[in-house]
Amino acid sequence: MATTSYRQALRETLRAEMLRDENVFLLGEEIGVFEGSYKITEGLLKEFGPRRVRDTPIAEEGFVGAAIGAAMLGLRPVVEIMTINFSLLALDQIVNHAAKIYGMFGGQASVPMVIRTPGGGGQQLGATHSQNVELFYSFIPGLKVLAPSTPAEASAMLKAAIRDDDPVLFLENLALYNTKGELPADIPDIEPAVIGRAAVTRPGTDITIVAYSRMAHVATEVAETLAAEGISAEVVDLRSLRPLDRQTVVDSVRRTGCAVVAEDDWLTYGIGAEIAASIQEGAFDWLDAPVRRVAMAEVPLPYSKPLELAALPSADSLITAVRETLRARGRRLQETVR
Amino acid sequence: MGGDPAPRTLARKKNAMAETTKAKPARARKARTPARRTTDAATLVAYYRQMLLIRRFEERAARAYTEAKIGGYCHLNLGEEATVVGLMSALRPTDYLFTNYREHGYALSKGIEPRRVMAELYGRSTGVSKGWGGSMHMFDAEARLLGGYGIVGGQLPLATGAALAVSYKGGDDVVMCHMGEGTAAIGAFHESLNMAALWNLPVVFVIINNGLGMGTTVENSAAEPELWRRGSAYRMESARVDGNDVVAVHEAAKLAVERARKESKPYLLEATSLRLKGHSVVDPARYRSKEEKEALKAADPLARMALELEEAGVLNLEDHEKLDAEVTAEVEDAAAFADQSPHPDVSTLFDYTYATPVEGELRRLPADPVFQA
Repeated sequence: MATTSYRQALRETLRAEMLRDENVFLLGEEIGVFEGSYKITEGLLKEFGPRRVRDTPIAEEGFVGAAIGAAMLGLRPVVEIMTINFSLLALDQIVNHAAKIYGMFGGQASVPMVIRTPGGGGQQLGATHSQNVELFYSFIPGLKVLAPSTPAEASAMLKAAIRDDDPVLFLENLALYNTKGELPADIPDIEPAVIGRAAVTRPGTDITIVAYSRMAHVATEVAETLAAEGISAEVVDLRSLRPLDRQTVVDSVRRTGCAVVAEDDWLTYGIGAEIAASIQEGAFDWLDAPVRRVAMAEVPLPYSKPLELAALPSADSLITAVRETLRARGRRLQETVR
Repeated sequence: MGGDPAPRTLARKKNAMAETTKAKPARARKARTPARRTTDAATLVAYYRQMLLIRRFEERAARAYTEAKIGGYCHLNLGEEATVVGLMSALRPTDYLFTNYREHGYALSKGIEPRRVMAELYGRSTGVSKGWGGSMHMFDAEARLLGGYGIVGGQLPLATGAALAVSYKGGDDVVMCHMGEGTAAIGAFHESLNMAALWNLPVVFVIINNGLGMGTTVENSAAEPELWRRGSAYRMESARVDGNDVVAVHEAAKLAVERARKESKPYLLEATSLRLKGHSVVDPARYRSKEEKEALKAADPLARMALELEEAGVLNLEDHEKLDAEVTAEVEDAAAFADQSPHPDVSTLFDYTYATPVEGELRRLPADPVFQA
């Protein structure tokens, strides 16, 4: 079985989809001649030419809107927004147009467009370049938001996103581009994912850790550490933030009785808030401890390395939250027995 | 409420016309271009009939609004009829149109039945957007009206992208994209025109300059109020035309559209136009002086055309009455159809969130639990 990096999986999948369907084309800033800020589109301009790989001016609102318009006429544009921070410049086109056109016009035109964009802090990029604002898009009916954590999923989900008839925000992560993983097949033969399914990526019995994107890796690392101490943690990788597979999360919590959500965004109103609310609604009678959330400190992320590290969720912070949740459950169980 | 009735007597129109000519000699001169003389009588009458249809339709819509048959916002094309008909008559049926929220007349002139336009205003399932869009959001794939858009300027990048798709597929259709003059101030205006020119896209951007945002004048919103001049910043062909002269608008739009079609180049056209009433049905336009309002009446493009047609011996009072009766009947039929049409069934509420259905989509009403017991 072949091993490849997350970056390479994305690149090869884009190439395979462009070879498969003439209507698939790429546009974004510096994706052609410069081959992408993070080199996801390396070699593609040379192979496909400027019609299929279109360098745009620095105009996020303009080129995202242009992609929507092209999608309305049946093309399948794949837009790269250099980082998710810059997607805010295109918020009107994404929220007020891409997400609305299918419904607002009574189902007469769909918007089969993908926006690929990386989020993630931890690279000392400062406050405006380190945000995780996928929540903004996950909030909006009409959009789909995918957040794959492995190369195999990145490939299967990117294929699904490109072939889907709705606008999809495809969340990548700066910290994941160099991570490696096994592929189930050669990239052209990988089956597209079913959009909207979470996965139990590591079964366990004592506690559920819910995470996505980079934090799914941290969750797995933490589960391995805890296993050495005899604690069996189950990891649920959300993979899709909208639609959200609440059932898989709730089923897991019904087995384990408690949960911690690990997210790279801010806590207040964040993804974890939605997960915690869903857990209390779907697994209230099974819960033995309050749902805890591990999330970024509520500050604009500083440049200074020690400050940045203090603000970002990590394996250590997740382990702390897991231990405290298990202790809280232990106390509660003791009280119940008494 | 309601627009000015199209003048019933041509004598009154004649007076009105005289004032216009005095106030705006340049416009009057433009109105007598050679193009005018070469447009045949049948075409002129067809233009006039379409303008009258829009006038009567909008007046009927205003009335329905006051009767609470129409909800939300309702922006009318009253005063804009010559611009509407001039622009739309320059398009082929397969050309695409993106427009803004002041769009009823454009929908009618793009070939959509008045019944379906009125039914959309009434929010009925027989409406052009099945009752999902309302006044500001009409769409018809067959007529290639690719949307009225309620967010000011949202349609500019979309139209640019549609032109990109036409160019990508190697077609020879043209995309026309409308906006009001206030829209020329938003960032997407610059971004779209820049991309369209950079990529040689077959799109005609049309600024319909009625001089007012809601109440803000173009002089108070644009450092260069001659908006057509902005084309030069993108090395884009551009022109300004008297939007109250249907033939002049048609000729100018035709030139722009054919250039876009044959040379795959964008074009910026500015049509100076009128808004006879407030920004929307509920706006009494108190920011306009009595004199301004009088001058507006005098400049009414419908009256102006009626007079010209009479002077040219093309349309007499009797013909006019007949036309008026016809379009009025059409509009009344549309209103009756709309009124009798069913509202969308509540069971269809979740039909249009996603084109590709998804697992786990929440299809819950406000009081429903997330998990069914």
